[in-house]
Amino acid sequence: MRHRIALRVGLVGFRIGSDWRAPIAALDALYRDYPRADFAHYSVRLEAASLARRWLRPAVRTMGDYHLPDAAPLALAHGLLAAEMGMNLQVALGHRRHLLLHAAVVARGDRAILMSGVSGAGKSTLALLLSQRGWRFLGDEFALIDLTTGLAHPFPRPISLKNESVALIPPDRLTGPLLSGTPKGEVRHVAPDAAAVAAMDEPARPALMIFPRFGFPLTLQGMAPTETFVRLTQASTNYVALGEAGFRALTRLRAEVPAVALDYPDGEAGVAAVESIWSAL
Amino acid sequence: MRAAETLVALLRSPERSAMLAPETWTEVVCVARAETLLGTLAHRLDGPSVPVAVQRALDGARAEAAEVRRTALWEAHRVARALAPLGKTVILLKGSAFVAAGLAAGQGRGIGDCDILLPRASLDQAEQLLLAAGWDWLKSDPYDDLYYRRWMHELPPLVHGERDRMVDVHHTILPLTARPRPDAAAMIADAVPLEGGLAVLCHTDMLVHAAAHLFADGDLSGGLRNLWDIHALVEEGGTQGLEDRARHHGLSAAMGRAMRLSHALYGTDVPEPWRHLTPLDRLYRRRMMARNGWGRERRPLTRLGFYIRSHLIRMPLPLLARHLWIKWRKRRAAAASE
Repeated sequence: MRHRIALRVGLVGFRIGSDWRAPIAALDALYRDYPRADFAHYSVRLEAASLARRWLRPAVRTMGDYHLPDAAPLALAHGLLAAEMGMNLQVALGHRRHLLLHAAVVARGDRAILMSGVSGAGKSTLALLLSQRGWRFLGDEFALIDLTTGLAHPFPRPISLKNESVALIPPDRLTGPLLSGTPKGEVRHVAPDAAAVAAMDEPARPALMIFPRFGFPLTLQGMAPTETFVRLTQASTNYVALGEAGFRALTRLRAEVPAVALDYPDGEAGVAAVESIWSAL
Repeated sequence: MRAAETLVALLRSPERSAMLAPETWTEVVCVARAETLLGTLAHRLDGPSVPVAVQRALDGARAEAAEVRRTALWEAHRVARALAPLGKTVILLKGSAFVAAGLAAGQGRGIGDCDILLPRASLDQAEQLLLAAGWDWLKSDPYDDLYYRRWMHELPPLVHGERDRMVDVHHTILPLTARPRPDAAAMIADAVPLEGGLAVLCHTDMLVHAAAHLFADGDLSGGLRNLWDIHALVEEGGTQGLEDRARHHGLSAAMGRAMRLSHALYGTDVPEPWRHLTPLDRLYRRRMMARNGWGRERRPLTRLGFYIRSHLIRMPLPLLARHLWIKWRKRRAAAASE
């Protein structure tokens, strides 16, 4: 492809090719502190939706090793979002070396919190706020749980903040352009702090699982093992495909790591609650 | 060397892996994935030293293939169990057969549907048994249903409601409207029984089926993988009796092409007459290699040609015209009602 970049995030190498220069330039800037990959496990292609759409109202179709056949093309101005979604998709559909949980991960030292929830539960925002308070950021999209050691491997991609959360971005952070009118509303990507990127080869031991829910009065509840199990299966994109290895990794997590459900009204209360649970461990 | 050529060279001679640059590995892994050959490549490269990051990608492919194998065997046994009242052995075809029989062709292979072969007279009862055991029709369209039952070599595909796995129940290996008429009764009679009410085709029939599938049906999508099946089968079981068996089934032309291309691409050990490509073979090779280092399809005209050919060899022209006319009208009607 005409324009390309190869990036390494933790254990995963990506190659992104594009018919246009702009999305690659945006990636190059946002991933400034990341190593460039020698070898890419996955390839993402940002292709013109049709020959005419390369120049005329350019539209990006996200293709790659894995793609969604009925995904709607995005405007070229949203090319960075297309690339990020493409990278997520490769991992979600292709990765088999770890149990994947849809979760944000932060750590203190080598002990980690997994925060798992549906889109809009506030896990990205919580991870960003915690990373501002001395927590190491390991990722806001996927927790990669090693199938034999049970360790969480960092996958610290830029955080994508949406709509009201965009205002929470600290001024000193490296960000992507503000993308308006995307299918997800207003989106802005924030690069993790340099320390998180520098430590992206150091795994951490899961010590706490939180299932957060944003926008509710503050409540904290323990979680029955059965419910934790079901929530984890729902949070995993490759639990079924991994077969027995996935079952073992997931039940081990359930058995070894305490889990709580946290409802919180706003970011500040959420961060305070997470830190108080942590110190009570 | 283009990425598709490098992939073929690596499958043929894994020791070449020591010479590849990281960027070449990226392209090879990408093309292998697109051709559903990554698991096979991972098995071939089990041993020689490859870069650590590449090894990780291959580990993932091996793990995936192991799980694919397990679920395919499980599904085959579920199907056999549902069909037990038939009193016939269930003959597995393609990938499921390779792993059930423990053949090298099954190592690392992707397996989608569970393809089985039964005597035509048992098909109605088999369908009822599968429906009763939790499978259901995928297509609800009456014309598609009729198309399958009248002209195809299989029942309309059935999907299991809970496991979401498809079973394709064949009564022969090519559409009834295609020119070659393989002897399905002989295939069934000579099948090799396994445990659990299952069986696989005998070695020569496996090769006849693989050659028919690749060169007498379809547009050569996934051709490199299907040709690898043929290579691995020959390497393991030889070519003894192959020519006669192919002639018996009316598939000598497909078999000759399979042997010549398998030798040319993968270095398969075949008798002398099959060691030289014809000019037409070269066109097939061109189609099989039509993918670039980004996993994208190349050579749109060659592809289109083979796509048109796939329809022409499936049925006589008047029938094809009628079929396409009905499909076109249905599509138009569907678009208008949206």
